[in-house]
This record gives sequence, structure tokens and C-alpha cells, in this order.
Amino acid sequence: MKNSRRKFIKFAGMAALGWSICPSLAGARSGPRQSADRLRAERWAMVIDSEKLNDELMDKCIEACHKLHNVPDIPNDQNIKWIWKEPFYNLFHDQSHGYLKDKKSIPFLSLCNHCDNPPCVRVCPTQATFSRDDGIVLMDFHRCIGCRFCMAGCPYGSRSFNYYNPRNFLDDDDLVHDYPTREMGVVEKCEFCAHLLDQGEMPACVEASEGAILFGDLNDPNSDVRKVLQERYSLVRKPKLGTDPQVYYLI
Amino acid sequence: MYDANKIIPGLIIFALFMTFPFWYNLGADAYTTPELELPEDYERCIESTEFMRAEHMNMLDEWRDLYVREGYQEYWSELKQESYPMSLTKTCMYCHSDKEKFCDRCHNATAVDPYCWTCHIEP
Amino acid sequence: MLEKAIKGSALYWIWLLVLLAVIGVGFGAYLQQLDQGLSVTALNRDISWGLYIAQLTFLVGVAASAVMMVIPMYLHNHKAFARMLILGEFMAVATIIMCLLFVVVDLGQPQRLWNVVLYPTPSSVLFWDMVVLNGYLFLNILIGWVTLQAERKRVGPPRWIKPFIYISIPWAISIHTVTAFLYAGLPGRDFWLTASMAPSFLASAFAAGPALLILLAFAVKIFAKWDPGREAIQSLAKIVTYALAAYLFLIGCKIFTAAYSMVPDKLAHWEYLYFGLEGHTMLSVFMWVSTAAGVSALLILLFPKNRQADNILAFACVLVLISTWIEKGMGLITAGFVPTPMKEVLTYAPTGPEILITLGIYGIGFLIITVLWKVGIGVRREIEAT
Repeated sequence: MKNSRRKFIKFAGMAALGWSICPSLAGARSGPRQSADRLRAERWAMVIDSEKLNDELMDKCIEACHKLHNVPDIPNDQNIKWIWKEPFYNLFHDQSHGYLKDKKSIPFLSLCNHCDNPPCVRVCPTQATFSRDDGIVLMDFHRCIGCRFCMAGCPYGSRSFNYYNPRNFLDDDDLVHDYPTREMGVVEKCEFCAHLLDQGEMPACVEASEGAILFGDLNDPNSDVRKVLQERYSLVRKPKLGTDPQVYYLI
Repeated sequence: MYDANKIIPGLIIFALFMTFPFWYNLGADAYTTPELELPEDYERCIESTEFMRAEHMNMLDEWRDLYVREGYQEYWSELKQESYPMSLTKTCMYCHSDKEKFCDRCHNATAVDPYCWTCHIEP
Repeated sequence: MLEKAIKGSALYWIWLLVLLAVIGVGFGAYLQQLDQGLSVTALNRDISWGLYIAQLTFLVGVAASAVMMVIPMYLHNHKAFARMLILGEFMAVATIIMCLLFVVVDLGQPQRLWNVVLYPTPSSVLFWDMVVLNGYLFLNILIGWVTLQAERKRVGPPRWIKPFIYISIPWAISIHTVTAFLYAGLPGRDFWLTASMAPSFLASAFAAGPALLILLAFAVKIFAKWDPGREAIQSLAKIVTYALAAYLFLIGCKIFTAAYSMVPDKLAHWEYLYFGLEGHTMLSVFMWVSTAAGVSALLILLFPKNRQADNILAFACVLVLISTWIEKGMGLITAGFVPTPMKEVLTYAPTGPEILITLGIYGIGFLIITVLWKVGIGVRREIEAT
């Protein structure tokens, strides 16, 4: 049901796009195409294997992500985080108890959950944050007005706001040219490396994790993520809120 | 007319204020078409010069929505019979690699201040 | 009618100049914020709304002053408000403008504000808040101006304005409801996730709005030598009393739910609010002041004799404003964010620029109230002189 509806919406959307987009190019046969290289999925999901991850690996993932996306390192509480370390207790306080001694302080990776039912998308007054067909919750930095309603809406603290001009905290010679920086006054967060997927590459943290982070199509019964979720016990953050987070933690 | 001594000076001030751009620029240099430095290694752009001159801003505006929001990655150019990434930095700036000698010259001459480069990184 | 605003005593002009100076300072601070971004504020990754949005929340409430006179007057034919109603409507205009300005200064990209209209998003409560706030502003300007003009010409208000007056009643309710829904619908914020948000917004609104109106009416009596009428003020005082009781009752209900259920996610916010957590106790000092002010105001106002003494009534109204300003403003916003989703505890204390910008907007609000009331009172004087 869900699939066929999604396909129908896709088809209708494409048909509508054909004559609604690019009014200035009407008549010309030039126009937008989808890249043949891009990785496709019905529903992208991430599985983080807490057994395989260690401190060093997590640092590598964070470094890879923040480097690739030109995330500035701001040394105060107005900082920007796309993926970061957070103790188990802080991530899963509603699923922990006083005797979880060894797990309590163990750091885990925290990032945007790319919820199936994302409150940030619901509350955004300009659709600057939106859900893609493949489940990725994306930010359109061009459109964000910086009202920060999404930050109040996100139950996972996954969103950061550019209180500063991020360029002040980035070395001009060190910038990665393939991805823009942000400007002052917009919200940003993890994007599941949508731009890499569109080029046919896997997300940066997945590549850096040496197999500790799996990434794939949850709707495909033969995908790695689907199989491992069937085999091992896993948690998601705050399931009772009904946001349906798509980052799974293997315990 | 009642209060003519107030209304007429008021109207004069208003008229002067509204025509400020004209008399402010009196005696300024006449507009000259800026010299653009075109890329040497490439003969033509992905669309005709006329089209690009008039529509490049709309095209970029459409590209950003198509790329960010609509799930399209490439632009098929009928002129070049080739696909290009819909990307300011990867496609446009690949050939027009000197922002100062291409983008800025025209934008400065026409007093346009696009905010592309607050985020996108110039080559 | 506007010409009445440009003829005034020296005191009037000095007051306007003082306000303009405050606005100027605030504007300077805003230029600094535009240049350096919201980094000049004490907002951060965890507490992403603060003083500005707190003022929005509080002032939406104050805007209720008008409807609290419209209902008795138009639905119950309570004529005592006839002379004063225009003041309530004009105060609503000023407070809604302040609300909209507080939203604008809170934006990271204010020059993109129009995106809210270009890409209307019915799923976003902020979109609806924009609709209801602007609508209420329009209604009050229209109704206030048209009825005042009619009075000046010694005729009854035109028939076509009646539907707008009746619409303005549910519309006033909607501005509080929708503003409360900004908070009440967020899944991860347990402090706000309660059905009592909208009712408690209405209750504090109907206490704070008329309380400020009473104080300003006293100010008018002293400085403009124009008496809005004792009966009107006494009726307002009764409204403040009832609303204040409801407001305190609803706070009590919320505290009971959290304290008796002992659900940590709910309780932690109230502990933070009233006792502080992990050494972060700054807000709790304010909250005790708020609660003490609210309860004492109620104890004072409950006795008709106190309400009838102008000095005591004014004092009680000041207490009401202190109580609701702290509770609806800083308390409600900060405690909604703390403890954070990661269960971290922190303190939010606004910075200098933040406070100056806030004062600047209050300056604009009082400037608008002053000018509009000057017009309103001028016209009423003209009518009453003949």
C-alpha cells in the first residue's frame, strides 16, 4: 500500500514536473535529468554497530563528516554538530536504568535520525526542511529563514543554528570545494550525505567507520541493514514519540 | 489653496527626493559594457550566449530547486549534446574559473550583489 | 484624525523623544545583531529561543485587552466600556505590532521573511500564527479607526463594520490558541506537550491585557487629564480577578500532573523551574517572584474594597504583569528547553544587545500606543466637549 502510493505520487510528480518546471526553458529540449550513477533506495536507513565502534573510529567518522561538509569548530555553546559523541545514558535515558554501569558512560554516535515522521518538517514554515522520496530529511539552506522552530521541534537535539558566520571559524585554504559552507542565520544538520548518494557514493561516516556503520535500503529484504536488524537486537531513540527514527543502534 | 506655504515646499521636497537617483548621478561616467574574460579552452556554453546573458540567474535559481529539492542531478544541453552536473561550482565555474574577471565585472557594473558566494566557495 | 497626534503639550513631546531615543539605541543594537548574527545573543544550540520569543508569547496575551471589552459591550450591551473601548483596540494594535517585530528580530535571515508567504505551509503552526496575528492587527486597525471616525461625526458605526467586530472575538481567541500551539504540538518537549497550554495562555492573557490597560488608563487620567470612567475600570478589575484565578489554577493543575505522576520527563522541567537542577538556579528565583506576585495579586483583588481603591488596584495590576511576564515569558520558554533532549541542564541569561533590542521594540510599542491614544482621546474630548 505504502509503496504503491509512493510510486503513484512519484509518477504524478514527474508528470507535473514535465510542464511546471523550467518555464524559461519551455520549448527547448535541454533540461534536467537524473544521474545514472546515483544510488537509489525506497527508504535509506543507518545501522550503527556499538560492538564494532570504538572511540578512535568515532573520531574518524566525525572528522570525515565535518571535513567534507565544511562544518566549523566553534568553541562555545553556539557550535555546530552534524555527528558527535554522546554517552549512552544521554541518548537512551528512557531505555536505561541505574545498573547499566558499563553502558551508561560509553559514548555513542549521535546524528539526525531522518525520521519517517519528522516533526522538523511538519513545523517548518517555508518547507526549507523536507523529506525526500527516499526518506532523507534534507535542508534547503537557500530557503531557511532561521526561525529555529525545527530546533524546538526536533526531539533529538540534532539541529544546529549558525549563530556566527561559519566562515569566521573555517580556514579559507582548507575548505572542501565540492560542498558549500553555510551562511549566518540558517539551520543545518546531517543529510545522510545526500549529495554523495546522488553521485553514487556512500555517506562519509559509513566509509570512515570500517564496517561499523551500515547504510542501505530498509525496504529491500536483501539489504545489509535489513538482515542485520533481523538478526541482532537494536534500539532506536525515543520510539514512543512516534517520529519513527531511521538510525538503528545494534547493542 | 489652504496652507499653500506648507504644501508647495513639501511637494518640492518630495519631488527632489523621488528623483534623487537621477540628479545624484548627473555628471557620472556613462555606462560602458564591461569587458568579460571568456574561457579560452571552451568554445560555447551549455546554452546560447543570448540565453545565458538574459536567463543565467533564472537558470541557476531553477537548478538549485531541481538539484536540492526535486531529485535531479544533471542538465542535458541540447546545444552541446552532453549532460552536465547542475552545479554552480562544478559546471559553471569549471569553465568560467575566474569569478573576478567574469561574474564580478558585470555584476559590479550593474550594481547587482548576488549572495551565491556567502556559501558556495569560489574556485 | 491623525492631526491630533501632532498637537500636544511639552510633556507629550518629551515623552515621544524619550521613546525615540530608546528606539534608536535598540535599533543600533539590532544593526549589530544583523552584522554579527544571533551570536550577540545568549541563545545557543540547546536553548534556541529566548527573550524575543518570550516577549512574543507575553505580548500576544496583552493584545487580549480589546476583546475583553468587546465581548461585554457588544454581546452583553455593557455600555460602561463605550468610552474606553477604542483604547483597548489601539493597545491591541500596538502589542500585535510588537509581537510581529519580536518574530522578525528573532529570525536568522529576516530578509527572507517573505518565504513564509511564497511557500505557504499549512502544516506549520508558525504559518498560522503569521496569519492570525496579521489578521488581528488588520481587524483592530479597521474597527478602531472606523468606529472612532463614526463617533467623531456623531453617527453610529456603519452597519458593515458589525461583522468585523463579531469576527474579532473568535479571532482574538485564535491568536492565543495558535501561539500556544506553537509549543503544545512539539513531541519532544514534555513541558509544553499539554492540552492546558492554550487555556492557560487565554487565562494569563485575560489577566495581563486588562491589567496593563487599567494601568495605562490611570496614566491617562494623570497625564492627559481624561478619565476613562470608573465603571469601566472596575469592570476590567473584575475581569483581571477572574482571569488571574484561572491562570493560577491552571499552573496548579500542571504542577499536580507532573508532581503526582512523578514521570521524570515531566517533573524535571518543574524542578528546574522552581528549584533549579545541577546548580542552575537563576530561573527559580524569578519563578518564585512570579508565583508570589500572582498569588498576592489574587489575594488583594479578591476583596472588592481593594479593587475600588485606585492605588491598591494599580499595585495589584503591577503584580499581575510581573507574574505573567516572568511566567509566560522567560519561565515557559527556558524551562521548555531545559533539561535538553539529552537531559543536560543549563542557564540562559540574555545579553546586553538582546535586552536593548527588546527595549527598543517596547519603545516602538509605547510610541504607537501614545500616538494612537492621543488621537483616540482627542476625538473623545472633542465629542464630550459639545
